[in-house]
Amino acid sequence: MKFTIWRFFPVLLLLFATLELQAAVLPEERFDLLYHKYDGGGVTIDGPSFLVRKNLGDSVSVGLNHYVDNVTSASIDVEVSGASEYTEERTENSISVDFLRQKTTMSAAYTVSDENDFDANTLSLGISQDMFGDLTTVSMSFAIGDNTVGLNLDGSEDFQEDTKVRSYRLGVSQVLTKNMVMAFTFETITDDGYLNNPYRSVRYCNDPACTGFSFQQEVYPETRTSTAMALRVNYFLQQRAAIYAGIRVFEDTWDIDATTYEVGYTLPYQDEWIFEASFRFHDQTKAEFYSDLFPSVNAQNYLARDKELSTFTSTTLGFGASYEFGRSWSQIERGSLNLQMDWIDFDYDDFRDLTASGPVGGEPLYSFDATVTRLFASIWF
Amino acid sequence: MKQELAFLLFICTVTLGGCAIEPWVKPYERANLADPIMSFNRDPVSASYIHHVYDSREGARGAGIATGGGCGCN
Repeated sequence: MKFTIWRFFPVLLLLFATLELQAAVLPEERFDLLYHKYDGGGVTIDGPSFLVRKNLGDSVSVGLNHYVDNVTSASIDVEVSGASEYTEERTENSISVDFLRQKTTMSAAYTVSDENDFDANTLSLGISQDMFGDLTTVSMSFAIGDNTVGLNLDGSEDFQEDTKVRSYRLGVSQVLTKNMVMAFTFETITDDGYLNNPYRSVRYCNDPACTGFSFQQEVYPETRTSTAMALRVNYFLQQRAAIYAGIRVFEDTWDIDATTYEVGYTLPYQDEWIFEASFRFHDQTKAEFYSDLFPSVNAQNYLARDKELSTFTSTTLGFGASYEFGRSWSQIERGSLNLQMDWIDFDYDDFRDLTASGPVGGEPLYSFDATVTRLFASIWF
Repeated sequence: MKQELAFLLFICTVTLGGCAIEPWVKPYERANLADPIMSFNRDPVSASYIHHVYDSREGARGAGIATGGGCGCN
């Protein structure tokens, strides 16, 4: 007798019927208007962002997001290259749709990012399923991105390179007790194409004794695959407060290993205020083809002196305050005004400050602080 | 025939297994979990922005710690 799954269709129906205990819900209907600012290392980036999320009927939710970066940069990379401070703008627009069917939510999103030397288009698809009495949510998503890299220099108008990005993500969130919930996320990302930053250079010794140095353009591999796993636990304390702790481990085919830790504390005060404090620590090793100073020109196949690929730590202290209003208003469900600030300290172990004086290869190690501000209003309706 | 039996046994195991799982946190016990301060993503625009900040300045990427699929507490 030929085996066919369709003979068991009634059994499968029964199986899925047992999973249908209670419907999941769509994302909240809300409007957010945010002003963001990053200031550190000679770089200032600010701009607005807004998000609108609205339900269409009982089973469809549509979201629109607009985001702008106004960049003014005189970073150490710009200074060392001899270029002068530059300004540019990046805009990002996205639309997302969530479709709810019983305990399953299917999502699709399309994002377009434009700046004068980099265009990115990303399509993502996802599905999540509540199960086991709604104690467990399993989600999967896939994203595909096509990027076009340009070069905004005189005589480089014809420069154009492409990059393809694929992301695969699996998430599980689990209610552990009536006061504790955890989330586990696994994500692998592959890049294929031109992965260099066309503006960046590496430095190398002019002679065996390294009495001086020169620059040549970076050369990156054309592929990269990374894997990251993260676990976070939220715990509800007595007297209405919450703490969380999280860890992420990361590795990639460029030999970067990284671990990131986060802890935070959330404390409501009276009915209107919520205060937050957080601490984050990130520790990473360098890419295998990174060096602050190569022994000679074309010293190896791949060459990088991008500080994001170096060995460094970053430490963040964050604070936030939120004021809620409008519970008694008839026009909206509620609203909130929010201020969040983070101070980030970057300390590099093998990236040297070439703007400071010192023997070749013996310049002081680079470090800088950055302030990240988010001021935003949220309205639920 | 063995394939059919194996498949049926698998379906029965999954179905009965589902029946055996009794939610150990009842819906009426999830008030604390449903509190906004327990959300993994209470401020989506702000969280998206800070992830972008870190992704731009660190070599690691993906699986942002502050993400989650929900808590089944609605």
